[in-house]
Amino acid sequence: MSPVSTLPHLSTPAAPQLSHLRQLEAESIHILREVASEFERPVMLYSIGKDSSVMLRLAQKAFYPAPIPFPLLHIDTGFKFREMIEFRDNMAHEVGTKLHVWRNEPAIAAGTNPIALDTKRCCGLLKTQALLDGLRHFNFDAAFGGARRDEEKSRAKERIYSFRDGAGQWDPKNQRPELWNLFNARIHPGESIRVFPLSNWTEMDVWQYIHLENIPVVDLYFAKERPMYVRGDSLIPIEQSFVALPGEQPQMVKCRLRSLGCSPCTGAIRSDASTIPDIIAELLSFRSSERANRVIDHDQEGSMELKKREGYF
Amino acid sequence: MSNPPTASAFSLDDFMAAEQRKDLLRFSTAGSVDDGKSTLIGRLLYDTRSVYEDQVRSIEGKGTTAPGQIDFALLTDGLRAEREQGITIDVAYRYFSTSRRKFIIADTPGHEQYTRNMATGSSTADATIVLIDARKGVLPQSRRHAYIASLLGVRHLIVAVNKMDLVDYSQQRFLAIRADFTALLDQIATDTGNPVEPHFLPVSALIGDNVVHRSDATPWYTGPSLIEMLESLPASRHDHSAPLRFAVQRVLRPDASFRGFAGQIASGTIRPGDSITALPSGRVAQVARIVTFDGDLDQASAPLSVTLVLDREIDISRGDILVASDAPATVSTELEASLVWMDAHDLVAGRRYLLKHASHVVPATVTALHHRVLLENEAHHQTLDHLPATTLTLNQIGVASLRLLRPIAVDRYADHRQTGAFILIDPATNGTVAAGMIRSASPIPAALAAHLLSAHTGPVSARERFLRWGHRGAILALTGPSSLADRLERALFHEGMVTLRLNAADSDASTLAAQAAQAGLLVLLHAETDSDVLSITIGEHALTLADDDAIARRLQTLLADADLLRQPGVSEYEI
Ligand SMILES: Nc1nc2c(ncn2[C@@H]2O[C@H](COP(=O)(O)OP(=O)(O)OP(=O)(O)O)[C@@H](O)[C@H]2O)c(=O)[nH]1
Ligand SMILES: [Mg+2]
Repeated sequence: MSPVSTLPHLSTPAAPQLSHLRQLEAESIHILREVASEFERPVMLYSIGKDSSVMLRLAQKAFYPAPIPFPLLHIDTGFKFREMIEFRDNMAHEVGTKLHVWRNEPAIAAGTNPIALDTKRCCGLLKTQALLDGLRHFNFDAAFGGARRDEEKSRAKERIYSFRDGAGQWDPKNQRPELWNLFNARIHPGESIRVFPLSNWTEMDVWQYIHLENIPVVDLYFAKERPMYVRGDSLIPIEQSFVALPGEQPQMVKCRLRSLGCSPCTGAIRSDASTIPDIIAELLSFRSSERANRVIDHDQEGSMELKKREGYF
Repeated sequence: MSNPPTASAFSLDDFMAAEQRKDLLRFSTAGSVDDGKSTLIGRLLYDTRSVYEDQVRSIEGKGTTAPGQIDFALLTDGLRAEREQGITIDVAYRYFSTSRRKFIIADTPGHEQYTRNMATGSSTADATIVLIDARKGVLPQSRRHAYIASLLGVRHLIVAVNKMDLVDYSQQRFLAIRADFTALLDQIATDTGNPVEPHFLPVSALIGDNVVHRSDATPWYTGPSLIEMLESLPASRHDHSAPLRFAVQRVLRPDASFRGFAGQIASGTIRPGDSITALPSGRVAQVARIVTFDGDLDQASAPLSVTLVLDREIDISRGDILVASDAPATVSTELEASLVWMDAHDLVAGRRYLLKHASHVVPATVTALHHRVLLENEAHHQTLDHLPATTLTLNQIGVASLRLLRPIAVDRYADHRQTGAFILIDPATNGTVAAGMIRSASPIPAALAAHLLSAHTGPVSARERFLRWGHRGAILALTGPSSLADRLERALFHEGMVTLRLNAADSDASTLAAQAAQAGLLVLLHAETDSDVLSITIGEHALTLADDDAIARRLQTLLADADLLRQPGVSEYEI
């Protein structure tokens, strides 16, 4: 017998409406269950960041007491932080779910990096190409991603079920109408669907949920003294030696990462936020968006949309 | 693994408690192209400090507005094509909150070509803001959008008369538009059967009048600003006292000892001990446990996603709907519904589509189109007139009858949004071609439902064939010219019948004809002559067709006379 309890965060009995977060949770679980039931080979893209961590917890909830009925896929560029990779392996082990890791080995062997190439071509090879190859290799027909509409304005245009053609591409001008919570899961062989169960969550919702649910996240989100190359306002992690300018020396800075990506392209922010409440408090004071310190999104107006059209998440 | 301990000067508990008290309002925008929808949303986000500085910087000096004036539409028009053309193409979802409430905004396109995207945005909205350009007044697209919003059951329409700065903030202009629109809304509500509550206000999205701050430029307007309205409208309330509706999404069987039904509560409340009926099968059980990852619950209400364990083993699978035994839904194969057509290919009556309802997909045909609703001006007709129609084209709206191949459990859309809505999918293109809202459903007897649902084995029976095709098999012996035989076959085909044409002169034609008729087909066994008329014989029933006859009507009579549209000896829904 399991213990009987009411959900800890339901509002007072007098007004038994679900809180905003519980509504989002219920909606996301509905989406996860629909996809698992309507597609033959779904997979969850697991990027190790806070959104993936929330998505993974929602998947555990959706199928409990049964195990998560699909594997995880991590697209590894080779430039992820060491803490991320350790965290990933521990997490997959704890959740007990099969984890596939896919890398664009030929491009990595050829020395692809964002400085030798530009960030756009580097992303194209190590992320987009690797993702498309990985999905094709395993023949996945539906892939969950943790992207949220509030992240970026082309993401704000996404459906929850985002249809991709045989080449994995998105056609934003011709999306399927998506009414109510009735999702059209029909595809022809070779086509696929990207699914965004966290579409309606904001950055604030994600942190509040992590707090309420006590979901583990990578230590890089919390402020610590870390060695960084300091260039004006930018803090560049020292993980990869090729990012250093000639003669440049790292300095210890109390900082943290607001979103996790590849170390050469993810700037840290100066911060004292060393706990989740601190992070939530800090979030309230932010005047710039979560992606502002990512190099890749704003090297060109509309670059996220372009990448998405090419097959990126 | 664990996160750092929680200790902080900022009182997270107070903050979180305040967050928990906030409710959620989903709203969408509507109105004709360029009436200022995206500008209004951009202004709303900007004036409520809901946009980050880098997002504002990225649009400064761009867009269609005068130098120094931010083009707020660029905050939501996130696609390149939208920025290039200065119009919205697809819905943008934006999120913000005030101290009272959280909001999910769907900013939708006004362009007629993208009407389906407006419907997408409105389908989940509690309220819709209809914008009207003060200079232009109520346009055809304003009418269409107001109609769609009402059809989709959006209760609250905020009618924002925009660009007041361009009409010198004229009260007269505002009042004239309000009068026009009020009259229209009354008509719309009568037609859709869904009451709408309008709330009018004058705004300038560009300048910000009455958006977040009440404006001095409209001293004659004493009502609330837009944000005040949005904060005070009733939010999405799930009616917990409504009867239970729970669509089974998945059966969870981690091991032999556990069998649970996973789904989201669409309406109502459930407790262990409650009696539920699984539809369409009609089997009854009691709820034993409400299982969640966080422990069992002693009650759960919409819209929670849970897993139900029942007190006995009954056959339930994905697609079934569990309902309160004392207030069940209607099990039906015959629906009447409003359809919003969303595809470039027109509706084809008699053609097979896939109907997705709750967690179920069933093949369905449109058996009759009763009318379409006129939403633009046409000669000799008025807006909202019901016109006879044989098809619906992109963005047209009509009322149709549908026949489903298998029974499903449904409600009227007006009563239950989730179990009253469906979409139609074209099985060839896989496109979503229509949104449907059920107006009525003819119940079918439990015995017939059970028959249709039972897992048959062995050869396909004549009754099963009849239920699928809507007619029995027979041989129609034809004598006459090919041109008339062609017309006859087309007329039968048009009625949704399954035909096979054979040439009577072929050596094995009569053997084949007998087999095919046995298999439920209407066999046209044609002996060609060059006479002017076609004679048709079915057993002892005969008919002669000439060139100018109304073939369809005479054919119906013949088929009925020959008793092909009924199962002999069996009343319509009896087994
Ligand atoms: N003077 C004035 N211009 C406005 C106002 N609101 C919007 N505009 C202008 O009207 C034009 C169209 O505005 P949008 O916000 O793009 O219109 P829309 O309704 O979103 O258009 P679609 O989404 O394409 O249907 C832009 O040039 C705006 O700057 C207003 O209140 N006053
Ligand atoms: Mg717009």
